[in-house]
Amino acid sequence: MSTDLFLIPFLTGLGLAILLPLLGCYLRLRDEWLAALAYSHVSAAGALLALVAGLPPAAGGIAAAALAGAGKRLFAARLSGGAAYALLLLAGWSLAVLLAANQPQAERLGHALFDGQLYFSSSAQLWLVAISVPVALGVLRLLSRHLLLAHTYPDFFRIRGLRAWPTQIGFDLLAALALALATMNLGVMGAFALVFIPPWLAFRRARDWRAGLLRSLLLGLVAYIVAFGVALWLDQPFGPILAVMLVAFGLIVA
Amino acid sequence: MLRAEALVAGWSGPATSPIDFSLQAGEIVGLTGPNGVGKSTLLAAFAGRATVFSGRLELQAGLRLAVQTQEVPPVDGLPLSGRDLLALTGASPEGLPPWLVDRVDIRLDRLSGGQRHYLALWAVLHAPADLVLLDEPTNNLDAAGVRHLTAHLRERAREGCGIVVVSHDAAFVAAACDRVVTLEVRDVD
Repeated sequence: MSTDLFLIPFLTGLGLAILLPLLGCYLRLRDEWLAALAYSHVSAAGALLALVAGLPPAAGGIAAAALAGAGKRLFAARLSGGAAYALLLLAGWSLAVLLAANQPQAERLGHALFDGQLYFSSSAQLWLVAISVPVALGVLRLLSRHLLLAHTYPDFFRIRGLRAWPTQIGFDLLAALALALATMNLGVMGAFALVFIPPWLAFRRARDWRAGLLRSLLLGLVAYIVAFGVALWLDQPFGPILAVMLVAFGLIVA
Repeated sequence: MLRAEALVAGWSGPATSPIDFSLQAGEIVGLTGPNGVGKSTLLAAFAGRATVFSGRLELQAGLRLAVQTQEVPPVDGLPLSGRDLLALTGASPEGLPPWLVDRVDIRLDRLSGGQRHYLALWAVLHAPADLVLLDEPTNNLDAAGVRHLTAHLRERAREGCGIVVVSHDAAFVAAACDRVVTLEVRDVD
């Protein structure tokens, strides 16, 4: 009974623990790791806004993050140097906190989103993750070469007639949607920790790109599995335990 | 494959004197001149990056271009090996100099500046292309690197590739290029 009860949350988180460290490698490549935190906060605000409006929170969170991911490109020229992500982060955080403070029904969900209550994941969320993660990994694989080439040889990329915008918008959308999905299950900081720390550690030692992806994936998976067990054993919210686990990994390895 | 007539190129304003230029398949042409004369700007115009203010620039239709700029690929802190870099542009490691062959699987940010530069250059020079544009390719190279590059430019040209080389290194240009075009300082009105 208890095994069944925790299997759904475990599998839901497992799917995300596969996707997020890999996604984080490409965010780190583009020096856009702040995007993870921005999209998580925007998604939390979108979920709370949807709840207050009587709509499904998950749909609100995903829609808000998608809008932020696609809309960011419109202001890219004026908001360089990560300013777009900082503004999104602050706007998302302010809106989420204000909604939680002033709307009783938003307060509980707000706590869940910021605490990261993976154990409340339902089978509907598991299905969403089970469908989304393979699609996201497929898209990431398709974008991978262009993302790497555009970073290392921007002039070569352009001169070969390769268009930058499908890669940029495609990646921004992918990152926004993946982070929204992760925030709904792992919480804002749990999702950020899985995106940021495994690639940061993996990139220090890996000898090539493939090894970097593999190390990041393994670090993310190990931290997730250990954190799941520890949070369950200590009866603590999952998000902070995962974040502490990854910080400890980071300090030991670094 | 490339023809320019009275071409004046620049960025926010004209930066070069009018120049006539042509390149055939299998030919290596050097662009030289004093600093600030607009050599890199002209190369950028050939690559479609700089603005053509007057004159004509024609490139044969369907050409596959490859361009090397003076900027080094930003690889610090990234787990990218030389082999990764070559795979990105479709270049083969075959023919790399002996002092680089056994370093192709090492991370680029752990190589010396010269080794990294040569691998980054090789990735462009040996990418599948009909026209290769190189901007100061001998920067950071020692004598052995320059000799190897000279020989391989010749080999690449024999395969039918047209190559334009911007360089301040007169000895290299004389040894590697079939023709040399010297740019003159632009008259300011």
